[in-house]
Amino acid sequence: MGRIKTIARRSFLIGSAAILGGVAFGAYAVARELPNPLLKGLGPDEAALTPFVKITAEGITLIVPRADSGQGIASLQACLIAEELDFDPHTATLDPGQPDAVYHNGTVASDGLPFPLYDQSGVANAARATVQGLAKVMGLQITGGSSSTSDLHEKLRQAGASARETLKEAAALRSGLSRADLSTADGAVVLPDGTRIPYTDLATEAARLDPIQDVALRSPDQWRLLGKPMMRTDMVAKCTGAQVYGVDIRLPDMVFATVRRNPGIGGPVLGYDDAVAKAMPGVRAIVAVTDGIAVIADNTWRAFKAADAVQIDWGAPSYPATSAKMWAMVEANHSEENRNSRLRDDGDVTQALGTSAPVTAEYRVPFLAHAGLEPLSATVLYTPERLDIWTATQVPQALRDKAADLSGVAAENVILHVLHAGGSFGRRLDIDYVLPAIECAMAVPGTPVQMTLTREEDMTHDFPRPIQMARCQGLVRDGQIAALNLDTIGPSVTESWFGRLMGAPPGPDTLLVAGAFDQPYAIPHYRVSGYKTPVMVPVGSWRSPGSCANAFFHDTFVDELIHAAGADPLAERLRLIDHSDSRRVIEAVAEMCSWAGTAVGPDRGRGIAFAYAHGVPVAAVVEVALSDRGIRIEKAWVAADCGFVYDPVNAEAQLTGSLIFGLAHAMNCELTYADHAPIQTNFHNYEGMRMYQSPQIEARLLGQAAQVRGLGEPATAVAAPALGNAIFAATGQRLREMPFSNTMTFA
Amino acid sequence: MQLTVNGNSHEFTVEEDMPLLWVLRDVLGITGPKYGCGIARCGACTVHVGGAAVRSCQLAVGDVVGDVTTIEDLGAGAIHPVQAAWIAHQVAQCGYCQSGQIMQAVDLLQRNADPTDDDIDAAMSGNLCRCGTYPRIRAAIKSAATAMRGA
Repeated sequence: MGRIKTIARRSFLIGSAAILGGVAFGAYAVARELPNPLLKGLGPDEAALTPFVKITAEGITLIVPRADSGQGIASLQACLIAEELDFDPHTATLDPGQPDAVYHNGTVASDGLPFPLYDQSGVANAARATVQGLAKVMGLQITGGSSSTSDLHEKLRQAGASARETLKEAAALRSGLSRADLSTADGAVVLPDGTRIPYTDLATEAARLDPIQDVALRSPDQWRLLGKPMMRTDMVAKCTGAQVYGVDIRLPDMVFATVRRNPGIGGPVLGYDDAVAKAMPGVRAIVAVTDGIAVIADNTWRAFKAADAVQIDWGAPSYPATSAKMWAMVEANHSEENRNSRLRDDGDVTQALGTSAPVTAEYRVPFLAHAGLEPLSATVLYTPERLDIWTATQVPQALRDKAADLSGVAAENVILHVLHAGGSFGRRLDIDYVLPAIECAMAVPGTPVQMTLTREEDMTHDFPRPIQMARCQGLVRDGQIAALNLDTIGPSVTESWFGRLMGAPPGPDTLLVAGAFDQPYAIPHYRVSGYKTPVMVPVGSWRSPGSCANAFFHDTFVDELIHAAGADPLAERLRLIDHSDSRRVIEAVAEMCSWAGTAVGPDRGRGIAFAYAHGVPVAAVVEVALSDRGIRIEKAWVAADCGFVYDPVNAEAQLTGSLIFGLAHAMNCELTYADHAPIQTNFHNYEGMRMYQSPQIEARLLGQAAQVRGLGEPATAVAAPALGNAIFAATGQRLREMPFSNTMTFA
Repeated sequence: MQLTVNGNSHEFTVEEDMPLLWVLRDVLGITGPKYGCGIARCGACTVHVGGAAVRSCQLAVGDVVGDVTTIEDLGAGAIHPVQAAWIAHQVAQCGYCQSGQIMQAVDLLQRNADPTDDDIDAAMSGNLCRCGTYPRIRAAIKSAATAMRGA
């Protein structure tokens, strides 16, 4: 780390707020053990040995509190527990549980601090510990930021070990033997004579014991499952049509609904005429909901048709009506009074750039929809005493509390049935799609209502990845990068999302500059500043938030400067990066593709990109070829280091899939606004990537970094710059705005 | 109205123009076929009618000629070789598109026992996957083709 300069900590307000919070809550609140929520309502023959393991005579239930949107975290949570508990995780029931402080996510909170995640200094780690304590006291339960594995991998192995030793103790008491003489295998305690006592037979006795918690974890060389090729627990169900998603819930006497909300988000309903719709077949009721109307019918299709027939007079929301006006607002807010952070400020950029004509460039990224393939839905059963909600969510705690507020049902009587999501990409960090379903259910107490958004409503009412731009200046000298200044300007996801859920925190918005301020480059004069514009359209976290824009800006500008310096893009990045984990991923990708420069024959080119994103260094090389029909993305190589790889088959899928996700959106996706709403409302004009465009990909995980991190997002950050840099190599044309299909034709 | 789905005969009364997808999902409770776009641009709703892959979101139930098979009965009570290949390659991530992907791949392999990459591109490009599972879909189709030719 030697040559990396200290990150400026001038405006370290989030940390200060957290420290004050920690003092206010007191050290006891942070240090104490949280109660086990499973102990409430246990039956006589049921044991909840830890907050993550429940055993009854019928079987083993594992609580897997992080939400699965396809990244495979349900399976990994089960495997982490099962490794120490010595049983087959495929035989367990996996239950996301009810929201509870014991399932808080400290990592996602501390990752938001204004330190690069490679900064392991005492100051940074002390601040992280404080914020993690605050997350615990607040019970902040969130799935996001590629934080699940990092946050849970030790907790869940500990839970499995504690449950195992408690079951052994129960068997020891029954058999009159010492716990030390017993072993466990395949879901049973094994006595020295080989007698097997299944865990399920020990539930009643184990429930009477204080859980044994002082258990040393096994070392990796003893593992049966972790680190080896494993079958995901959800794989068979997902390949046989048996997986139940939110839209698949079927309850007795259930009715079906859909909603139309103001396409201008937050705008009012001035009036509506539902006379025609009310008389349509199967329509049960038309209900006024917040900012819109909902139709309740006897099937989804009839609800969709009737909703189309309601004439609604919408009022305008408060933000500008068109993309052009919103871009003008972004440009106008690039001013000193709107500077929110300067978390990187090495050397003297002003002086360095002032001495010679710099290289300059301006970059832009568009609004993007999340567009998980499963349209958003929620199924709700309301009575005045109890509210049941079936949906997929990344924020169960926030959902429960908002649902309680809206329905008047006490929070402890709001029961969540959290399901696997058919995609999310950050969309289910919001709960807006559940609230109108609750309003529908309150109109028909005692009858379950399944509310499904049309694809068009889903995309119109997205909280998109915001537009963002960067203005960059740099200097090259003697074939090297001497100075780099990057100003990134855009609406704040932090302000918009926190504002919707719990109130925006003060201080520098690290998400606004993530993927730019926290890159491990040792450039002599190096500065990154974030400028906040008004939020305008409400925006949200989109797979690799922050870095999905900033890594494109930062890495593409690095590539431009290297080109101006006449250096090799791979060699100059290696020279400038002073972080061994990061250097290794670049060296790995160079070896994988046999890097010999960007030129690989006529009408072809290669580009390399590097980013340090979500605590993971990741490098990709993309090779494109020009054809009669346009540019083909033919090959890609990607290397990353997320530390130890627990589930190698799934990790490869995440690395590959997140790269494709990034390539897809860089290639051809954008939301553009007219009349306050996106023009793109379905997959005919928001295409993404198709099978015929999907490149050959070779992926490698190095497994050498000290910290365990998640893999759902990092490769998305490098996809766009690698593609743009490859197209530059092949064509000589530098693409500075996404999507690239606005400039280039893709085959 | 009468329809045979997965070998079972069903009688029901709905509008002739109701898409087969919604009859399957909301009237008959067969939820393997998925709603993704409603305009035949994603393929999540793909089922077999008379043995061929169709987009059930765009096929009016009144126009259905032939028996309907969905992912639930693809292997007639067993795991179909294409499903076995999907499981072996661990194709699914969120899994929401995979019912449709598998039904489309079975249709391809019924017509073409040894598809090339171009054949796979041509047959599968109407099925959208947002998670980016395409490389494993391609590998699974090739494995399934080999297995089915050997069977």
